[in-house]
Amino acid sequence: MGLMRGRLVVVQLLVVSMLALLTVRLWQVQVVRGPEYVVAATETRTRDVVVPAVRGQILDSTGRPLVRNRTTLVVSVDRTRLNRMEGNGKEVLEKLAAVLGRRPAELRERIRACGPGVTRPCWPGSPYQPIPIDADVTTREALQILERQEEFPGVTAEVQAVREYPSRSAGAQALGYLQPITQEELNRRDGLRAAFSGVDLVGRDGLESVYDVSLRGTPGMRRVQVDRLGKVIGVEQHVSPVPGDTLITSIDSRVQATAEKALAEAMKGAPTADGAAAVVLDVKTSRVIALASAPTYDPAIWTGGISEAQYQRLLSGKAGKPLVSRAIKGEFAPGSTFKVSSVAAMLKDGYPLHGQYDCPGSFMVGDRPFNNFRGIGLGTLTLHMALVKSCDTIFYRAAYEQWLRDGGLNPKGRTKEPMAAMARAYGFGRPTGIDLPGESAGRIPDRAWKKTLWSATKDTNCKRARTGYPEVARSSPSRAAFLKRLAYENCLEGYQWRPGDAANFSIGQGDVLVTPLQLAAAYAALVGDGRLRSPRLGWALVRPDGTKVKEIEVPVVGRLPLSPRERAYIKGALSEVASDGTAAGAFVGFPMNKVKVGGKTGTAEVYGKADTSWFASFAPTDKPQFVIVAMVSQGGMGAQTAAPAVRKIYEGIFGFKPDGKPASPILPGGRPVRALPVIAKDGTVAR
Amino acid sequence: MNRVAAVPPRTSLAGRTVAAAAAVGRMDGVMLVAVAALGVIGTMLVWSSTRTWAAGSTGLVKKHVLNLVIGAVLAGTAAMLDHRTLRTFAPLVYGVTLIGLLLVITPLGSTVNGAHSWIMLGGGFAFQPSEFAKLGLVLMLAMLLAQPARGTDRPRSFDVVIALVVAAFTMGLVMLQPDLGTTMVIGVITAGAIVVAGARKRWIGGLTLGVLGAGAAVWFLDILEPYQIARFTAFLNPASDPRGVGYNSTQSLIAIGSGEVFGKGLFGGGQTTGRFVPEQHTDFIFTVAGEEFGFLGSVTVVALLGVILLRGVRIARECEDRFGALAAGSIVCWLAFQSFVNIGMTVGIMPITGLPLPFVSYGGTATFANMIAFGILQAIHMRRQSF
Repeated sequence: MGLMRGRLVVVQLLVVSMLALLTVRLWQVQVVRGPEYVVAATETRTRDVVVPAVRGQILDSTGRPLVRNRTTLVVSVDRTRLNRMEGNGKEVLEKLAAVLGRRPAELRERIRACGPGVTRPCWPGSPYQPIPIDADVTTREALQILERQEEFPGVTAEVQAVREYPSRSAGAQALGYLQPITQEELNRRDGLRAAFSGVDLVGRDGLESVYDVSLRGTPGMRRVQVDRLGKVIGVEQHVSPVPGDTLITSIDSRVQATAEKALAEAMKGAPTADGAAAVVLDVKTSRVIALASAPTYDPAIWTGGISEAQYQRLLSGKAGKPLVSRAIKGEFAPGSTFKVSSVAAMLKDGYPLHGQYDCPGSFMVGDRPFNNFRGIGLGTLTLHMALVKSCDTIFYRAAYEQWLRDGGLNPKGRTKEPMAAMARAYGFGRPTGIDLPGESAGRIPDRAWKKTLWSATKDTNCKRARTGYPEVARSSPSRAAFLKRLAYENCLEGYQWRPGDAANFSIGQGDVLVTPLQLAAAYAALVGDGRLRSPRLGWALVRPDGTKVKEIEVPVVGRLPLSPRERAYIKGALSEVASDGTAAGAFVGFPMNKVKVGGKTGTAEVYGKADTSWFASFAPTDKPQFVIVAMVSQGGMGAQTAAPAVRKIYEGIFGFKPDGKPASPILPGGRPVRALPVIAKDGTVAR
Repeated sequence: MNRVAAVPPRTSLAGRTVAAAAAVGRMDGVMLVAVAALGVIGTMLVWSSTRTWAAGSTGLVKKHVLNLVIGAVLAGTAAMLDHRTLRTFAPLVYGVTLIGLLLVITPLGSTVNGAHSWIMLGGGFAFQPSEFAKLGLVLMLAMLLAQPARGTDRPRSFDVVIALVVAAFTMGLVMLQPDLGTTMVIGVITAGAIVVAGARKRWIGGLTLGVLGAGAAVWFLDILEPYQIARFTAFLNPASDPRGVGYNSTQSLIAIGSGEVFGKGLFGGGQTTGRFVPEQHTDFIFTVAGEEFGFLGSVTVVALLGVILLRGVRIARECEDRFGALAAGSIVCWLAFQSFVNIGMTVGIMPITGLPLPFVSYGGTATFANMIAFGILQAIHMRRQSF
């Protein structure tokens, strides 16, 4: 037995060391590394669910919603979780497709990541966020998914707010749209990372983008306890979201709709027209009452994921690029509407206000004749009549004389270039600074600009001057010859500000480009108090309960270098354009005795295209309240296409039928809404 | 050794009853308390880990208590047996367990969690013959090796060979299931019996080399399925595949570690409630102890197991009879190894194998086998001088 007892001692020793080993290991795991595992346990056991804040509404100046929210059941898929499963969650997707009545391939396409070679349908957002598959499922479908969560790991159905546009396409480009946030945006906007849930969207254009931070609100957070299947078994922590602020704009939805309708009709009436824009400004404040662009589209198509076909249509030239707001991004030669700047430049340069000016049918600028419209001479005119009748030769002469005074082709020292300087004073050549993204600057060409352009293009031009345009010559030898000559001239003397450039500038032709909004802001300054303002769409931000967060100011960005007398003189001239001048035809039957409309037509030539039709206007002439600018690209004469569209907008605002009989006005009293709508505690609007 | 006064004659029924009553007084009370404590702790842990999902939330815990009660009766019965009975019945018990193992390979057997080791009895009752096979082998080996070679303390070489053959039968059938954990336990029982029996060092050395050689052969001949190897090695580096084979290791460590010193309290373990660790009421029940009772609680469980094992060693050493000492020694080896592997796998120092924690885990057959083993230890203790 002694041997056996000895062997049992060995067993005993083994048992004791085993106990010691386990105790040491437990000490290590539970005491030494315990806190580390507590963190790991919290990570595995809880999920932080971002509770998105309800996005603020966008209202018009009377409190009518331009954009509001509608709740819907959204089904989303967590791709990261699917990828962890066998076959990348094929089975789950198939089951989900069956419930939603879709093809599994369709779902797979929608959750793949967009990238080079992968076009929509695909997911442009972050791969770590749940991807909305269907934004409008029925309650029955949602319950099928939620009640059998173990069969649908990584799939959720939640009630969410989606954007709704009660007035359909009204102001679509100005309002903008929402899109899933991309990974790059998330990385860039570090503070937002924690605040974004998978289905969270970011304003991608228009007001939605500019006021994104205010509209977004502060998302809440819910820390939920989950089991190993991801099923929620309790809530550990809940932080309520703070809903986003409501944005009140100065847009009047009915004026906006009227403007869009007028543009659509103008486009229909001009067969070659390929786009149009209209801007309605409050003269006193430079707040935007309507900002229309045609063709337009219904922003509701962004809600719940846009299809490839829809997206391509929006971008295609054939559909007229409806995403682009021509009112702020379209750059066009302004034609005669620009003469308000040129005439001011003449006054500033010493031309007498009450002088008599010869208006021949043709004027020799250097060695080239520049003709009046249709080459008709109008005799001796005052500046007043020069504007009313839209004489060109008076401006050609003045421009040529100024060009000569600046030294002609060989300028010495500092040049005055009064016309370009005045154009800049009117705000042309730089963005107005409106609260919308992607605004264009337009272009005010001058001697310096010409030099810069020449050094940038001379290599190409000089090469083309030698080689010509054989690829064009095949189809059109005359055009090729013209281009070759042009290239030769540009190569040789492209840096020169030629007399023709100056003459063209004076009547808003040549290289001058403006946006409809710039023109509207300039006219508002001219017929208003002479101060140039940066127009605003946003008027105020208020909390959902009605308390005002802040009123959005309209900054004054400049002052016209004209005396009140000079401004009154130009305004007086423009006041007769619609009754006795170039736009008289468009306003036949309009009750000028009740509301007198003033303005200036513009017909700008575009090489190789039909003319751009402009009408820049204001009303009433004695105490202007509104500036309305309409532009129809390839629309023909200003008096024919743009002016009638403007007339329709005035008829709507002031309440006239096409025959001049009174109708119910959109803006009673013919004044813009100047008091913010009052929003009650419960969010309703009291007017 | 005169502490026991009088042993009554064992002929009459009355005499036997008196003897039994006297024996109860001589029981190892410390060990009894330890087993009872583990039973109570186990019941709480089973309750905690099954209350959120088991039928009626108390369905499984009730069944566990019933198993413990049946186990207690079985332990009591075993404790009443004297050594001659045990020794006589050893071949029979062994034979029956072999038949049970054979039945598993027939169409009567069922597969649960990848191990083809069950026989379904109907009505929700199932039976795992491999648990009793451990018991049968313990008794059989003790019987075979109890007779020393003439004039020595060592077993006869012939008996050692026979013991190896007997063990090989059991082990072979378990390997067919395949059940890696139980195979290892069978191996440890065999090794324990041979070592405790006093076999010569060359036997021990030779067998060690044999085991190593067999291991190498298994490794190089690709006898194991890849999943077995993966499971076996995952504990070395659970982070290599935290969602696959390393999942159990990782989650088990998180559950235990997050219990820290004092634990989260009974029913307070989020990892347990969320069922992140699989098989939480059976093989991984120790994680519940770790999470909800903390370091203090899990060390208590280890200590209680230690008490049982060390009392077991003492029983073996105090036994005057080779059969009793051998049986007790083998049982200690069995329970010690199984406890170590089970707890070791939950704290990441042993590979993951499907072994329950003795006296704690849920599971009828294992509970019965462990309780009978405990009863046999008591039987040996109570009759240490007459054995």
